Amino acid sequence: MKQTAQVVAIAVAAIIALFGAANGSDALFRAHFGILFIVLVLAAFLLLRREEKPTDDPDAYMDGPIKYGTIATLFWGVVGLLAGVAIAAQLAWPELNLEPYFNFGRMRPLHTSAVIFAFGGNALICTSFYVVQRTTRARLFGGDLAWFVFWGYQLFIIMAATGYLLGSTQSKEYAEPEWYVDLWLTIVWVAYLLVFLGTILKRKEPHIYVANWFYLSFIVTVAMLHVVNNLALPVSLSGTISYSAFAGVQDALTQWWYGHNAVGFFLTAGFLGMMYYFMPKQAERPVYSYRLSIVHFWSLIFLYIWAGPHHLHYTALPDWAQTLGMVFSVMLWMPSWGGMINGLMTLSGAWDKIRTDPVIRLMVMALAFYGMSTFEGPMMSIKSVNSLSHYTDWTIGHVHSGALGWVGMISFAAIYFLVPRLFGAKQLYSLRLVNWHFWLATLGIVVYAAVMWVSGIQQGLMWREYDPEGFLVYSFAESVAAMHPYYVLRALGGLLYLAGALVMVFNIYMTIKGRIRDEAPLVTQHPTPAPAE
Amino acid sequence: MSIMSKHQKLETNATLLLIFSFLAVTVGGLVEIVPLFYMDNTIEKVEGVRPYSPLELKGRRIYIREGCYLCHSQMVRPFRDEVERYGPYSLAAESMYDRPFQWGSKRTGPDLARVGDRYSNEWHVQHLIHPQSVVPESVMPSYAFLAETPLDTSLIEEHLETNRLLGVPYDDAMIESAAADLAAQADPEADWDGLLARYPKAKTGDFDGDPSRLTELDALIAYMQMLGTLVDFSTYDAEAHYR
Repeated sequence: MKQTAQVVAIAVAAIIALFGAANGSDALFRAHFGILFIVLVLAAFLLLRREEKPTDDPDAYMDGPIKYGTIATLFWGVVGLLAGVAIAAQLAWPELNLEPYFNFGRMRPLHTSAVIFAFGGNALICTSFYVVQRTTRARLFGGDLAWFVFWGYQLFIIMAATGYLLGSTQSKEYAEPEWYVDLWLTIVWVAYLLVFLGTILKRKEPHIYVANWFYLSFIVTVAMLHVVNNLALPVSLSGTISYSAFAGVQDALTQWWYGHNAVGFFLTAGFLGMMYYFMPKQAERPVYSYRLSIVHFWSLIFLYIWAGPHHLHYTALPDWAQTLGMVFSVMLWMPSWGGMINGLMTLSGAWDKIRTDPVIRLMVMALAFYGMSTFEGPMMSIKSVNSLSHYTDWTIGHVHSGALGWVGMISFAAIYFLVPRLFGAKQLYSLRLVNWHFWLATLGIVVYAAVMWVSGIQQGLMWREYDPEGFLVYSFAESVAAMHPYYVLRALGGLLYLAGALVMVFNIYMTIKGRIRDEAPLVTQHPTPAPAE
Repeated sequence: MSIMSKHQKLETNATLLLIFSFLAVTVGGLVEIVPLFYMDNTIEKVEGVRPYSPLELKGRRIYIREGCYLCHSQMVRPFRDEVERYGPYSLAAESMYDRPFQWGSKRTGPDLARVGDRYSNEWHVQHLIHPQSVVPESVMPSYAFLAETPLDTSLIEEHLETNRLLGVPYDDAMIESAAADLAAQADPEADWDGLLARYPKAKTGDFDGDPSRLTELDALIAYMQMLGTLVDFSTYDAEAHYR
């Protein structure tokens, strides 16, 4: 029986975890491994209770991990958005900080990791598994390895999240987990690469579809970034703390080479792969331009890697590196818009779908926000603009127009596409609720981004304002006080976006139950086209 | 036409596609990061910069653990307003022993690169326990628990040793006396001569208002009080360092 081997493996891991919980060299390590022990015992218990299912047809597509992935995506999405609303509220009302575990400094990595890696990561893994099977006409490579990728990745998320609240962090933004969690992610990621690449290698379709190029380059590049940026030496093999292999300037550039390409490859290339499959599918139109996709793919992945230094303008990083980062960031505008145009123009001949199909509407809005934030990004990377925007809320607003607008909406659209097909429902429970989700999310982003522009620019201007006698006008504390109304509004924007996601959860739940809402169609009358004069 | 037809090879060969896309993403990083390890202006030494004392190193770990870097930068940019608000702009050498760096990316609170010696220890204690009691506009959380948490001093030699393995110049004497230095720095009764010889300009004495015990608050304040104080900018010749 196959499950026996898995239960034994988990039990062995649980014993090792228990050993760590008992003998760790610091209290944090003991607590963290205690949590790991509990999680593993629960996992073994659940696995034992699960009934043995008849093995499915070895030639059919493997959709189990994808089904779980769509649910995990939604679950972590809500968790991440909730954490975001919570920390937004903490900045508006500092009394909401509950020391030590729920202080802003520990909650913020929880929010960023939950939305980027837990929500975004699960969306990428499950859609890539779906897309690669359909476009290669082959079952996922490696048998149960795909299940290992799914569950291994969830374990990574749980260890990272609990670690942050306990205080285990190496303080590199978006790479906060400590060395032992990083090692685990490396193993899971290599397994992911094996499953994905293996499936392409055994394909029955001679041509490799463009979506797979993006997914593949995302997986490989993230592996490279993760390994290099997390190079560190632990103080003790039974302790949490490690010291970075790089120091000072070198560490800063390595981190932002990682950090910017976490955006470039995790949040862009991967999601472009998603767009290249689901957009044409939902629109029932071929991709606009094959040539454009080639040019845009190679220029995007080549240029993105250079852009990291724009996070370090006017710091102690040498000037030449800053300038190089700025120039490449500005050049990056072109391939980014190439991708946007290729996506939008896929709708040629099907523009009416924006009116009739709210899932298409989500995709189009996602591309619109992608286009907007990939224009805003290059602009902010110009040194003189950056001198004002850096260290302010403007950056936060920029990130969220990309994350909520592009990443969030394209993922929602993909899941609306996937769930009825995977769970054997005829159609979504309600298109009207999709429409509600669309408007709540769009309104939420607009409020969020607009408020952060105003607060960011005001902050930057207050810090540098001089009076006629040549004295600084504002103390720092005054600039903090001025932010209060914006922080309240920002929390409201986040709340709207969260509300949209909750509407989606309900809609998906009812869809999986096979229910169809009795509702009036979204578009009641079809206007008869008038002949051109 | 020819390029497009050649590209078809990549579109039908997964291994080639993998290799080419990997090559495409390595170039930028190599060109930008590798030179930093060899260029004078990123690795030059500046008079006064030294490795952290054991207590400062422990305090720095608390700064990292609590995510202070998420709201406070440690990087003064060379602008008139920043130099007037915070002090001389930050030099690369000042973070040469920072593993990891703490430059930060957001100023929800002010920059801390030169916060050392700006406020009294008593101010820091009050501020960390109840920030709004000294800065009413502040949105900072309370860190009162630090005053109640004894500092974990175990493995301090290993902490220094690990840094030495990575290239931080801790010598044998520093590692041997690490535990003693750690205890002495926050002890108002101790003899600090050895400590100050090894770690010039280290701040000594009780930090958290309770000399009877060593808490995480002691370590954090010891770290913050030395931030930005190592280089003497009255004698630092900025122009000599321009490249």
